[in-house]
Amino acid sequence: MNKLRSTITYVVLVIFGLTMIVPFIWMLTTALTTQAEFNKQETLFIPKEEYHVWNHDGQRDRILLVMEKDQTSVIHVLDEKLNIAVEYSEVPSSEIELVRKKPSLHFDNFVKAFNKVPFGLYFYNTLYVSFLSLIGVLFTSLLAAYAFARMEFKGRDLFFYLFLSMMMVPQPIYMISSYVLLDKLNWLDTYNALIIPWTANIFTIFLFRQHFKALPQELFDAASIDGCSIFGMLWRIVIPLSKPIIATASIFSLISSWNSFMWPLVMINRPELRVLQVGLSYFNQEASTQTTLLMAASTFSIVPILILFFFAQKQIIASYAKTGMKD
Amino acid sequence: MKTKWKISPYLYLLPALVIVIAFRLIPIVMSFILSFYDWSIQGTGKFIGLANYAVMLKDPVFWQSMGNTFWLVIIQVPASIVFSLLFAVLLNKIKYFKSLFRIVYFMPFVTSLVAVSIVWKLIFAEQTGLMNTFLGYVGISPQGWLSESRGIFLMMFQDLGINFKLPQFFHGPSQALFGIIIMTVWKGLGYNTIIYLAGLQNISKVYYEAAEIDGASKNRQFWNITLPLISPTTFYVLIMTTIVSFQTFAQIYLMTDKGGPLNTTKLIVYYIYEKGFDLLEMGYASAIALTLFLLILGLTIFQRRMEKHVNY
Repeated sequence: MNKLRSTITYVVLVIFGLTMIVPFIWMLTTALTTQAEFNKQETLFIPKEEYHVWNHDGQRDRILLVMEKDQTSVIHVLDEKLNIAVEYSEVPSSEIELVRKKPSLHFDNFVKAFNKVPFGLYFYNTLYVSFLSLIGVLFTSLLAAYAFARMEFKGRDLFFYLFLSMMMVPQPIYMISSYVLLDKLNWLDTYNALIIPWTANIFTIFLFRQHFKALPQELFDAASIDGCSIFGMLWRIVIPLSKPIIATASIFSLISSWNSFMWPLVMINRPELRVLQVGLSYFNQEASTQTTLLMAASTFSIVPILILFFFAQKQIIASYAKTGMKD
Repeated sequence: MKTKWKISPYLYLLPALVIVIAFRLIPIVMSFILSFYDWSIQGTGKFIGLANYAVMLKDPVFWQSMGNTFWLVIIQVPASIVFSLLFAVLLNKIKYFKSLFRIVYFMPFVTSLVAVSIVWKLIFAEQTGLMNTFLGYVGISPQGWLSESRGIFLMMFQDLGINFKLPQFFHGPSQALFGIIIMTVWKGLGYNTIIYLAGLQNISKVYYEAAEIDGASKNRQFWNITLPLISPTTFYVLIMTTIVSFQTFAQIYLMTDKGGPLNTTKLIVYYIYEKGFDLLEMGYASAIALTLFLLILGLTIFQRRMEKHVNY
């Protein structure tokens, strides 16, 4: 009975697991297929390829079979780039051979997609924006959280509730007014628009504050007796004791800047300043019929985050799990 | 010790405060003000009082977007809660491969919405899409998905040969929107599962042991122990998923043709985007944004109230 139960549990989990992962597998296998094969719809998960060659005089030429008869067949001979070199030649049918390749992986789709639009530039922009925002977030959050957690001052609760209430407001609500504001600042179409508004993250402040509050008071008392300044305590005690939480916040920040879409879509018009997600969405409009290249581009756009995720999956999942806990 | 600190706390707070005031508080207040103006991007606007709101109440597309958003939220949120709780309960039971399953379930959540929207758009493609291929295996004819504007309830009744004559809203979400809902549930499931899993691990084993001694079946244990004790997590998941699903945008932008077919996938945030940035009616768009804000705020407060009544 118990064995049956656990078997059923595993079966259900595997089925659900497949549902979660199949879109990714399909993305990858489509990215590795040729467009012609994809359009034939026979390829589902294992990219394969079928084509004819013409064996003659010790040569093997790729051909397009136009008509096949018993004795002679009509063919187009193709060149190396698969363009038609010779049209309608008649050759003996015995010299024609059907080649079946399975699997046939076209990694060149990645190169083609990468060169089709300046994805290199988009990657650079995304990294640049993500890292500068991260530095800003860490700087502002460490300082603010330190003040909130370990100092007493007038209006602390007021500021705290101000921050808390600002955190609750969803981004789309202030998107339009932010656009108007950035326009007045002449920041539209600049890196400033992508970075500066995101150099403070209220969630990170609360995350740090909670952690800093839990540090034992004795450490601070001892440091104070030794003549350590307030900033020195932050630098020498708080930060070294908070490395894991800083790493967590950094990962949250990197993932959210890497994936952010609506903001850069709205604030940036110049193609040279496009970030990866926006570049990918334009590619989606331009290359909508080139399915395989689109899938290749989608694949390499998520690879950096997936690598980060796989290396730190334990910490990442545990950190996200903590966001649901109440203090 | 702590009383010695006078000016410096404010200095420490300052950088974050400046950014939060400049790029959160001011825009939020501005969006309130903008909603009373006839404002396009050139020049300054004209004060028109409540006119934007008056126009909004008579705008059929606004109401349709609201209706679409309603269907999305009302289907997506419960579906997400049921599936993620189920995943979490199953995951909590097993001994082997636990972390592997967790990674697999969590993958959609960390990947970008843009990439997965592009993938799902192709999954729903009529001719070459994976969805219709799979449906074909179980003998269901190809569906229109993202190009189908008929409501799913209407389609069901039509399949049964029943004449269905109700206003459009009651036709349910279009099959196109239903496709978006499936994809959105898939995308967010991992996060909710992880949250539930953490919640389940916090339930003391003692309750189950006691129930076991009393001879309660696994089924009863779930309904009478797990479900009530997990309810704080359920409320958290409910509130977060609701707030997030009201903000659905990228899927619509990437998977549909401007909220089509026939505006049946036009969700409220997409409509704000369209009015504000395509048609440059920024005052009007702000009025919709503010309405959405009040709606979300009201719902959140309502859900919090409910929580106080229900929680143990």
